[in-house]
Amino acid sequence: MDYSGVLVVGEQRGESVHSVTYELLARGRTLADKLGVSLACVVIGHRLEASGREIVERGADVVYLVDDPSLEWFIPRRYSAELAALIGQIRPEIVLAAATTAGRTLMPHVAAKLGTGLTADCTGLDIDDKERLLLQTRPAIGGNVMATIKTPSARPQMATVRPKSARPLPRDLGRHGDIVVRTAVCDNAQFAGERLLEFVRDTSQDVSVQDAEIVVAGGKGLKNRDSFKLVEELAGLLGAAVGATRDAVDLGWIGYPHQIGLSGKTVSPRLYVAIGLSGAIQHLAGMQTSETIVAINKDKDAQIFKVADYGIVGDLFDVAPELIDKIKHAKNERLSGAR
Amino acid sequence: MNLFVLLKQVPGTSNVKMDEKTGTMVRTDHENVINPLDENALEAALELKRSIDGSKITVLSMGPPPASRALREAIAMGADEAHLLCHRGFAGSDTLATARALALAIEHVAGRKLGPSDLVLCGERATDGETGQVGPMISAMLDIAVATYVRGIRVKEGHAVVERVVEEGFERVRIPLPALVTVVKDMNEPGFPTLSGKLAARTAPIPLLTPDDLGLTQDIVGLSGSPTRVVQVFRPKFTRDTVLRQQDSGGAAVGLLVDLLIEKEVI
Repeated sequence: MDYSGVLVVGEQRGESVHSVTYELLARGRTLADKLGVSLACVVIGHRLEASGREIVERGADVVYLVDDPSLEWFIPRRYSAELAALIGQIRPEIVLAAATTAGRTLMPHVAAKLGTGLTADCTGLDIDDKERLLLQTRPAIGGNVMATIKTPSARPQMATVRPKSARPLPRDLGRHGDIVVRTAVCDNAQFAGERLLEFVRDTSQDVSVQDAEIVVAGGKGLKNRDSFKLVEELAGLLGAAVGATRDAVDLGWIGYPHQIGLSGKTVSPRLYVAIGLSGAIQHLAGMQTSETIVAINKDKDAQIFKVADYGIVGDLFDVAPELIDKIKHAKNERLSGAR
Repeated sequence: MNLFVLLKQVPGTSNVKMDEKTGTMVRTDHENVINPLDENALEAALELKRSIDGSKITVLSMGPPPASRALREAIAMGADEAHLLCHRGFAGSDTLATARALALAIEHVAGRKLGPSDLVLCGERATDGETGQVGPMISAMLDIAVATYVRGIRVKEGHAVVERVVEEGFERVRIPLPALVTVVKDMNEPGFPTLSGKLAARTAPIPLLTPDDLGLTQDIVGLSGSPTRVVQVFRPKFTRDTVLRQQDSGGAAVGLLVDLLIEKEVI
């Protein structure tokens, strides 16, 4: 039997579907429509019954819920056995998963089992019209360039996709789809020695730069930890999360959870303010889907201005304090006007 | 305990050239370094070796002849034995073909299937390709347990308890041995070569392994054994209509930006 259709591998967190699933469905829907095939989604976990409906409303034609107490937590070999079994049965031509800690573990495992290709951390996906092949685009070589990769003959064609590199489709309450609940196929005894002992939520990691509506980010141009506080002050004023380039994180100005770019997080906020960062492709790959981008840099040829909607060419040590002042002023005025 | 550490030699700079025909990286032998995260994996192995009597560390790498330098460095730091997968036939391998070769090489140097006193360690990803796929792929090929993003590991009788860093915090996971573990930077601080290590490194033999040694036929190794193909490498073009303003002493550009922020209801 030939391979046909697109399969999205969803994720759950504590009995609810993780939003990255809906981002993947938006990607998958576009690809499926281009190919004229159906879009399936699988979620592996436990107590998933309530999840199927919204997955349909977000674009899936068929939903597989692989539901079993032994699948409550992510154990790579268990999940891999379940996903490989499903792929063997429905034979999709394309499989997409999120480039999360789970997806980046599960998908290589499954690809190796199936002997097929896998492209990591894609930021762009498309279909080659002539050959009907999946074109997988990702930043390469330390983020200096983009590479488009395809899987000419092995099937399925598999990719992990950066979270927040696409927006979910709005819910369509009228959509119809099939919801199939499956029990685990893998032998429970086989993996009995493998289990989660403890999960500790770490709130200090919880900077939520990925979920922020507004992000203010700084780079090497800030020169030192002390001046990086300009970024933090501006973020505070705007109710924004603080982002940083790899350089700024490597220099110890701020922690890794704030790093935006290929080796950090991908964000797509409503507003992204980039201060003193030149815009290495590595970084651009993590923020170019932001709705509005504002950049402040003294080099008028800086790459960041190519993706910015509004750019200010000027010394950030003049511009940022002035901006902070004017925002404070504007806020005060509004407050006094409201009184 | 038999500890296997996988090392990749990566460019020390980000100025790397691409071969436009094959879409693969042009690897020159200057300025190459051990992938930093692999040094954390080696350090983790050294720590385990220190705490478990009779342990041995075998380091493996795949690459052109100069990659043996990285392996010698590993011996200088305390590894016992090193092997290099080195042959033109390996060139152009994608993650799957690389994992296949390394998985077979691990069993080849172990002389058997891995057992409950074996552990494979590698970095969570390499700084050049940044795929992070080879580790989990090898675990699938060897059919052993896997834990990724590990920042702590304790080995007990026949199993290990690892601490994994995940999006919302961390997990403590029990995995049976043999297993493969990929480590993150937070795991430890890599140490330095010792004097005796440096002396050992100078004379240590570094056997080369070829596809033949591993029973790999041409269709499953190198570029021809790689299911993925790079079809295009490009510098991205952006299509925004940027409004670019020079900030003057009057602060006009900032003024307009504040107007924009008000209009967008950000302030």
